[in-house]
Amino acid sequence: MAATGIGARVERKEDFRFITGRGNYTDDINRPGQAYAYFLRSPHAHAAIRKIDTKRAAGMPGVLRILTGADIEADKVGGLICGWMIHSKDGSPMKAGAHPALAIGKVRYVGDHVAVVIAESLAEARDAAEAIVVDYAPLAPVVDLATATEKGQPAIHDAAPDNQVYDWHLGDKAAVDAAFRKAKHVTRLDLVNNRLVPNAMEPRAAVGDYNAGEDAFTLYTTSQNPHVARLVLSAFTGIAPEHKLRVIAPDVGGGFGSKIFIYAEETVCVWAAKKVGRPVKWVADRTEEFLAIAHGRDHLTHAEMAMDADGRILGLRVKTRANLGAYLSTFASSVPTYLYAPLLSGQYNIPAIYAEVEAVYTNTAPVDAYRGAGRPEATFVIERLVEVAAREMGQDPAQFRRKNFIRKFPHQTPVIMCYDAGDYDAAMKKALEAHDVKGFARRRRESGRRGMLRGLGYSAYIEACGIAPSAAVGSLGAGVGLWESAEVRVNPIGTVEVLTGSHSHGQGHETTFAQLVAGRLGIPIENVSIVHGDTDKVQMGMGTYGSRSGAVGMSAIVKALDKIEAKAKKVASFVLEASETDIDFRDGKFTVRGTDKSIDFPSVALQAYIAHKFTGQQLEPGLKEGAFYDPTNFTFPSGVHICEVEIDPATGVTRIDRWTAVDDFGVIINPMIVEGQVHGGIAQGIGQALLEGAVYDKTGQLVTASYMDYAMPRADDLPSFTVGHTVTPCPSNPLGIKGCGEAGAIAAPAAVINAITDALGHEEIAMPATPQAVWKAVRAVAARAAE
Amino acid sequence: MYAFDYHRPTTLKQAGNLAAKNAEAKLLAGGHTLLPTMKQRLASPPALIDLSGVAELSGIALKGRNLVIGAMTTHAEVAGSDLVKAALPGLAVLAGGIGDPHVRHRGTIGGSVANNDPSADYPAGLLALGATIVTTKRRIPASEFFTSLFSTALEEGEIITRIIVPTGAKFAYQKFRNPASRYAMVGVAVAKKGARVAVAVTGAGADGVFRWAEAEAALARRFTPKSLDGVALPDPKGLNGDIHASAEYRSHLIGVMARRAVLAASGK
Ligand SMILES: Cc1cc2nc3c(=O)[nH]c(=O)nc-3n(C[C@H](O)[C@H](O)[C@H](O)COP(=O)(O)OP(=O)(O)OC[C@H]3O[C@@H](n4cnc5c(N)ncnc54)[C@H](O)[C@@H]3O)c2cc1C
Repeated sequence: MAATGIGARVERKEDFRFITGRGNYTDDINRPGQAYAYFLRSPHAHAAIRKIDTKRAAGMPGVLRILTGADIEADKVGGLICGWMIHSKDGSPMKAGAHPALAIGKVRYVGDHVAVVIAESLAEARDAAEAIVVDYAPLAPVVDLATATEKGQPAIHDAAPDNQVYDWHLGDKAAVDAAFRKAKHVTRLDLVNNRLVPNAMEPRAAVGDYNAGEDAFTLYTTSQNPHVARLVLSAFTGIAPEHKLRVIAPDVGGGFGSKIFIYAEETVCVWAAKKVGRPVKWVADRTEEFLAIAHGRDHLTHAEMAMDADGRILGLRVKTRANLGAYLSTFASSVPTYLYAPLLSGQYNIPAIYAEVEAVYTNTAPVDAYRGAGRPEATFVIERLVEVAAREMGQDPAQFRRKNFIRKFPHQTPVIMCYDAGDYDAAMKKALEAHDVKGFARRRRESGRRGMLRGLGYSAYIEACGIAPSAAVGSLGAGVGLWESAEVRVNPIGTVEVLTGSHSHGQGHETTFAQLVAGRLGIPIENVSIVHGDTDKVQMGMGTYGSRSGAVGMSAIVKALDKIEAKAKKVASFVLEASETDIDFRDGKFTVRGTDKSIDFPSVALQAYIAHKFTGQQLEPGLKEGAFYDPTNFTFPSGVHICEVEIDPATGVTRIDRWTAVDDFGVIINPMIVEGQVHGGIAQGIGQALLEGAVYDKTGQLVTASYMDYAMPRADDLPSFTVGHTVTPCPSNPLGIKGCGEAGAIAAPAAVINAITDALGHEEIAMPATPQAVWKAVRAVAARAAE
Repeated sequence: MYAFDYHRPTTLKQAGNLAAKNAEAKLLAGGHTLLPTMKQRLASPPALIDLSGVAELSGIALKGRNLVIGAMTTHAEVAGSDLVKAALPGLAVLAGGIGDPHVRHRGTIGGSVANNDPSADYPAGLLALGATIVTTKRRIPASEFFTSLFSTALEEGEIITRIIVPTGAKFAYQKFRNPASRYAMVGVAVAKKGARVAVAVTGAGADGVFRWAEAEAALARRFTPKSLDGVALPDPKGLNGDIHASAEYRSHLIGVMARRAVLAASGK
């Protein structure tokens, strides 16, 4: 059994169907009589809608119905919500502008939803959409993040006259000011965290279905959290109460956060299904995804760090301006606040921290959580600061970090978080060795002989995962609790179905969760199946994001398994005619201690259901248990990544020569899956650092609206990664898991930029460090040297 | 995509007749450029004339000192051809560097040349090599064929049948890929045959592929990268700039890629 239990490299159970084309994605679902939706989108970044004339379009072949904001108003369909309340410094609540599923009176970004055409075929819907005449009165667009709140800028929402969503802060300003007064050295940096477009392989899609006989809806959608989708669609848009709305998120081809949110398109599909009396399908094309999926990152930051003469950090001051786009997406407000500033302490003992975050509206697509969500931004700030500070003070960046590492746990930072366990120095030591940092000077000389510039950069990141203790996040403004649920159903012949409220869209839960259950119950892994993604099967759950499914989702399964074991023991005690307290459960067998009397788990399951050996008064028949697990703390994965680059100064091309990652994810369930998560995360982080960046022009048109202009990382952009681990089990959950899904994306950008700036002789460079940007930096260095 | 008529002729003659009769029709080769623009509704030809059934448009032959490449020959076929690899290895390398495997197995030399994308690879190679584009009507030297961005000397109803490429030159193409599209952000092809030296640049010219005369003159004196030291780079004013590369950066890259192409053409 050891070959499939916790810690085993079990091949992914789900891969057979995925790699043989037998997956069941939303676009694979076709309902009888299905019609197709096509969204007419705004070509303007900012415009008033004077009139929408659908007359000619409505008469075109195949058209069933055209719906606009007027229908949303008439049907009183509630707007999309932002589920996390942030209060400004002055105590005022964030200014949330209305977010109707179809624009009412005004469009606010290129790609905003103006009308939907429902037709017999997609082509007919599209033809008709072209015949809709919209009379726009264009307004001046607000595109530039830096100047969005300046006087004279037009207001995007009446609710936020100066385009400010909130002006928030965290930490002790006075303590930080005092620390800076004592400082012997201050490092200052201006940083851009570039705007990214999530690009899951599967674009978003939805099929809305309405059963008139039962007055009930079904929504098939590309969601990371179908229960939250149902909650929002019921409680806020008011389309149907929860018991009349089933949400199914079948196989989902990647999310990276972008499929957490409740979008206009899926809302419209389910609403329209009843209005046209036909199932309604919509599948985004890639351009629609670029235009209208929630983007990620997009921060401007000024950061300052104060050190004493030795290079011990005394204080940190951070001022960030975050772009939230044209509307507040589902969790947008939390990303640059509570998912960001509490991580600014990094792995370091920093006595005083003060962070200010001003969030603004612009006439661009909404911005929300994207792999790492706030934590990559925080890591970029602290890890760039630490690296530059060490260089400025003439200290080795690794030693500088080690000097400032937190070494005693638990450690209360000045910004909310209480780190429970970790050994940062162990990871650093291991990484230094695995990377052969000692050999770097030699490698750099060798590169120099070939006319190449070599640089090395570190990133010692920390993240807060396992989100999160419900009461804690509630006190910070979250509109929901962040526990997870599990139900373990044992069938009469001992096979097991586990229903989980988390959702797998690439993470491999069907394998890792089964490993846990098979190991615990001593049954073959093929006898365990994991059920998720359907609100009619799983009663309630919070979904998958924030690397929470292991730490929270599996902990719920452990809780349910505890109950299963307890109940099974009772059954076994009747069968074996022994006292419950004399029975041990090990390796799938219940044994009467000190005897050879035993019964295996499947036989107990059968006994539980045939119920011949006990009466109803003694014990309930059956073997099925559920549990809700609410975490008691965040988990704190951490690690050290080292990136080594070689730059061709003639062209500015950066090649990543080697990459070493040593991560502490606590207990690892499946090392192969964890490595895959790390590889993918690093690839995304390298994408952010070297390639990706959404660009809007001055008029608010998205210039990077396809792969012709938006550069995604490809396999040949990446080196072969050296991945290692240290393990300090997480003390706050039963399995000791910390989470691994976002680590690579969090760690990588700072490591890459630290390596490039090292190669360039400490010349600063913004992300993405494209060949052109690097070439310019090389020239700037040369020009200064010539002076 | 809008509705359109679809024709699939099996002979060049049929294709020619169809093209003559349907002035608005588009020839369909690999479809890798044409179909995406139709799907995005940027192009809406009333009819497509699919050339994939016309056998006489495919294949590679060595005729005398010339490589003759049928218009429907895919990039992968050119890249993998033993004939090309032996007679003009640099051309095989050029074809092998176009797009990705999907693109190379669908995209054709005829389609690429007819499309004359300012970032495409073939135009630079064929211009440097002094190739001839043969159509159903005439023979057009490459120097007269590529007229401007996405435009060529082709007339309505004229079908490219084959490309004649002289062999015997020292030839290499060096491509600096656009990080997103991987088309040429700058591509420089260098050919030297006897006293003739040609340097053709793609990806950078505001007016499409062009020859860099100053570099040619310098290299004609001595065919070594060093000869380009001191040669003025193409004026950024005549080059295009975009979010990926300014005209200045492109100008600089032309110099770098030209040196590397000379080195590669010299077998180094
Ligand atoms: C993802 C991707 C990446 C690419 N990367 C590159 C790259 O790196 N470098 C590069 O050079 N190209 C690149 N391309 C373009 C690719 O090479 C195209 O396939 C090629 O440019 C067009 O060839 P086609 O056979 O697909 O032509 P089609 O798309 O079928 O046709 C293109 C045009 O040529 C016309 N045409 C086709 N055949 C003839 C003919 N025989 N006579 C007259 N007119 C004709 C058509 O009517 C149409 O107007 C890329 C394409 C894609 C989709």
